[in-house]
Amino acid sequence: MKFARVIGNLVATQKYRGLEGVKFLIVQPLNAQRQPDGEAYVAVDATNQAGQDELVFVIASKEAAFALPVEFVPVDAAVVGIVDDVDDRPLYDAESVAWKVFMEAR
Amino acid sequence: MYIGRVTGTVTSTIKHKLYNGQKLLTVTRLNLDGSESDLYDICLDDVQAGIGDVVVVLDEGGSARQVLRKRGTGPVRAVIIGIVDQITLQP
Repeated sequence: MKFARVIGNLVATQKYRGLEGVKFLIVQPLNAQRQPDGEAYVAVDATNQAGQDELVFVIASKEAAFALPVEFVPVDAAVVGIVDDVDDRPLYDAESVAWKVFMEAR
Repeated sequence: MYIGRVTGTVTSTIKHKLYNGQKLLTVTRLNLDGSESDLYDICLDDVQAGIGDVVVVLDEGGSARQVLRKRGTGPVRAVIIGIVDQITLQP
């Protein structure tokens, strides 16, 4: 799964059977730092609740279809969750005053 | 499978029901010299890994579902299946 930002939506009336009621989104893939990385693509919305500008995570390949109510549909990317928060701060900041004081105290 | 380092945790309220009660971790793929590459994955965790751990990540759907004891279908691909103690490379 990778991070992505919802940048738009797509409406298709005629679509493959099994995809009725499924929402299509245009998503911009992001790198680990949540900066845009690569070309935007179309993903289905398995949460049914993702909206514009939301940070989401997307599953690719065959497993994307398994996220939908009707499995084995022709889908290769699905939004499977909406991100509340990512905690990837370093465990300590070697440049910080607090860390230097701690190391000196040792 | 590949070697990675756990770099963060992802919190999500609205998600597919398969992920309920599961830990979601961001893992950056490592090169063989131990440096971090640009590739990453959001993974489920089966071995109680934490931030900073060097781990083995399985990135294949069928095996991942077997690890999580979800036979059949389910939107899961990347799972952490081991915490690395030591790596020895032939020179």
